[in-house]
Amino acid sequence: MKDSPYTNTSRGGFNRREFLRGSGAAAAATALANGATAVAEAAESSDTIPLYGPGLTKITLNVNGQDRQVQVEPRMSLLEVLRNQLQLTGAKPVSVDGSSGASSVWIDDKLASANTVLALTCVGRKVRTVESLGGHKLDAVPTAFLHEDGMQCGFCTPGFVVAVRAFLDKYPNATEAEIRQGLNGNLCRCGTYANVIQACLEVVKGGVRG
Amino acid sequence: MAEYSWPKQGTAALLGSEQDRIDGVDKATGAAKYSYDVVLDRMLIAKALGCPHAHCKVKSIDVSAAKKVPGVVSIHLFIDPKDEKKSEIKWQGDPIACVAAETEGAAAEGVAAIEVAYEVLEHFVNEEFLAAAERAGRVGKAGVNVELENEPSENEDEDAFVEKELKRLYDESAAVVEGYYGIHAITHMCLEPHGSTCAWQGDKLTAHLSTQSVSGTAGQFASPLSMTADDVTVHCDFIGGGFGSKFQADEWGVACAKIAKETGRPVKLMLDRDLELKVAGCRPSGFVKVKVGADKDGVVKVWDSTQWGTGGDRGAAVDEKQIPYVFNPPNRRRSAVRVSTNTGPTRAWRAPNHPQACAISQTAYDDVAAKLGIDSYDVFLRNLPSVANKKADVYAAEMEIAAKLMDWKAKWHPHGKGPAEGSIVSGLGMAIHTWGGGAVAGSCTVKVHPDGGVETFAGSQDLGTGTRTVMAMVVAETFGLPLSAVKVNIGSSKYPQANPSGGSITVGSVSETHRRASQDALAKITALVGEKLGVDGAALVARDGRIYVDGSPDKGVTWAQACSLLGMNALEVRGEYAPSSKRSPLSSSGVGGVQMAEVAVDRATGVVKMKKFVAVQDMGLVINRQTAKSQMYGGVIMGIAYALFEERIMDPATGGFVNSQIADYRLPRLGDIGEIVLEIYEPESEYSRGVVGLGEPPVISPGAAISNAVANALGVRVPVLPITPMRVFDALERVPKMA
Ligand code: FES
Repeated sequence: MKDSPYTNTSRGGFNRREFLRGSGAAAAATALANGATAVAEAAESSDTIPLYGPGLTKITLNVNGQDRQVQVEPRMSLLEVLRNQLQLTGAKPVSVDGSSGASSVWIDDKLASANTVLALTCVGRKVRTVESLGGHKLDAVPTAFLHEDGMQCGFCTPGFVVAVRAFLDKYPNATEAEIRQGLNGNLCRCGTYANVIQACLEVVKGGVRG
Repeated sequence: MAEYSWPKQGTAALLGSEQDRIDGVDKATGAAKYSYDVVLDRMLIAKALGCPHAHCKVKSIDVSAAKKVPGVVSIHLFIDPKDEKKSEIKWQGDPIACVAAETEGAAAEGVAAIEVAYEVLEHFVNEEFLAAAERAGRVGKAGVNVELENEPSENEDEDAFVEKELKRLYDESAAVVEGYYGIHAITHMCLEPHGSTCAWQGDKLTAHLSTQSVSGTAGQFASPLSMTADDVTVHCDFIGGGFGSKFQADEWGVACAKIAKETGRPVKLMLDRDLELKVAGCRPSGFVKVKVGADKDGVVKVWDSTQWGTGGDRGAAVDEKQIPYVFNPPNRRRSAVRVSTNTGPTRAWRAPNHPQACAISQTAYDDVAAKLGIDSYDVFLRNLPSVANKKADVYAAEMEIAAKLMDWKAKWHPHGKGPAEGSIVSGLGMAIHTWGGGAVAGSCTVKVHPDGGVETFAGSQDLGTGTRTVMAMVVAETFGLPLSAVKVNIGSSKYPQANPSGGSITVGSVSETHRRASQDALAKITALVGEKLGVDGAALVARDGRIYVDGSPDKGVTWAQACSLLGMNALEVRGEYAPSSKRSPLSSSGVGGVQMAEVAVDRATGVVKMKKFVAVQDMGLVINRQTAKSQMYGGVIMGIAYALFEERIMDPATGGFVNSQIADYRLPRLGDIGEIVLEIYEPESEYSRGVVGLGEPPVISPGAAISNAVANALGVRVPVLPITPMRVFDALERVPKMA
């Protein structure tokens, strides 16, 4: 981003702190979009109120156990930052509202759609992506996806792997009926669902937890 | 010149076994880089503006405000308002402009700031109602095809004879069914949208394109950019779905390259979901009014149909000659008209036209069974002698297997006569299909290094089939090596020219070239080994990592020792294949396939649930049984999608595409598929045909099979797919009125 026209000097003409105080943080939280909500929450909990934007701001995100410096606009989704700045492209942009599950990640160990979360709101939280299940020690879920061929084109697969890992962490002894009920947040166009069900059952049988 | 062949059935080390994909870990852990994932230094992100109107003229485009948006770097126009011809837009979403910017947000803001003045024109988008299409002047000339057993006498008027003959045939029929059947347009819905990342080094372009045709798209960039294809590299390591819609560079791909050139920076332009669904490909719809006459056994003797559908503004609709599907009754009159609509252009959709043809005609065959009170299985069986592809025996064998797996005979009940559990009724249905899937011309290079390393190069791609694994299996089988010993290089247009991936041709094509290249390479290596051992090279075999005298494993050398005989230079062998009139010993074309569905329908809610689905499929010789089964699962599940869920919904008032987002475009989820049982039909008679492609066949029958199962459950036909609860209610309401 060497050629970026953005500088982080302009702060606009109004005092956001006063604005938030004047309207009440709770009211602001409902009135404003997600990113501003996070700012509002931060405002309540801290004396120094971070003011972000409208240009790029340097922040630190903790991703897969490492602190990473990134430059974000307030409107940038976590997905955009993971993919375009950290080269973590396992999470995919498929839907606008998270309804495909393709951008599944963990934020503070809770399943989330990275395209519906603003990067700014992840400051101070632990972000974990599908890439954390790979590397030297391959997790049992991608291993089972490999053995049961839970992939065709594979574009939905990382999101599915994260969803399955999260589901089986919660329900390690899930039955087939529970698997069929509990994993409907992810979309696959190539039709890998039957293989994914088999992969889940393999993990349950192996009893391996992540 | 070697005689190319496959190992005898049952003797292969790898072929026909279930192998994990060699790129499976990369796909499952996010390491696989799709075109959308290519992130380059200083890269700009571009977004396209689609037209909001279904039919209009663009009067003016004002980009001055967009240019002022912080972060916007470049704007490209697809439309020239001053050009009379090019300023008319004929479907919603057609790209008007695109904006390249530093960030996604800036690009989106730039798009929103473009001001366009439109003159809105009359539109037509709902082709299901033919009379309305006629009133709107949107119906083309009819194609008519008549085939009758008898011929008119010399001076007889042909038209009068046809009418008279048809009347006679219907009068003689034991059962006459008059029906209406249809299937709506659907989109491709590739999860990775269309698009590319383009970067220049001097005058050379690299296009990281999401494409089904790595070897076939360089020229599509070169020509509009006034350059030649040798200066273009198309690169695609992984593609996130294509289904027939990704053979082109597309105007937005060329625009991406142009902006990259003009700004001197790499540019990524992927369509957003809304435009992806509106402009990047859909499947034509098909509707038919049909009259069928059958004898008392349900054998169809006469078929008369009037068909219509849309391919959008200019695309083709389903051909009249494709129905009735697979079956060729002796007397047929078929006509079809194209309805032109203000909807996005069609592109080839997995097994082009076959799923629609099957869904709108094998349903009529099932209605013959219903009318006569005969088991549908028997009606399909008795009509097999009329199948056009001479595969009656294959279908009969596959039907028997499928019926066993479904427990058809025990579960069968006449249409609408099954027991109900509360408001829920169950039913069975079946359908059969056919496809070609023969190999196409292509090439590859197999390279054996003197240290024993093996790699292969081909400008092919992995559409999801598992192309890399298939290539590695063929080479490893030939050399007697483990799968992991072969490194596969695909995804670049600089590699040897290879097949596009469409029409089920990939596995046949890469198997042809790789078996040829590696058999030729092996012949050279065994000649060297033979010389060293003092035996005829032809007496040697390659197995278990060794090359030895057949029958005496001790008399031989290891693979590495054998390769060291190559001296300093690696051995490179080109594998070439071009179809000819002579049958190849390695591949064939043409398959059958039988599918059966069991559904439960809730008469109170109109919801159809999949209980069980059986697919039996021949495919010649199987290379990787694991990925072959995945193709079958995938075909069946995509079939469940268009049978029960998905549909492009057009708003007649505005001409808008209503459900162009993931949340609105219904598709089955993991819990919606029921139990799926697969069987690959591979007796020696199939195995000896060599490889036949498999991508398309399993997606063809589900529409008809599921519709037939719903009809069997309810005792009334839900005529149009997808079978949504609303359509179930409509059909149930019609019953008393019809009675
Ligand atoms: S594997 Fe292609 S979308 Fe799931």
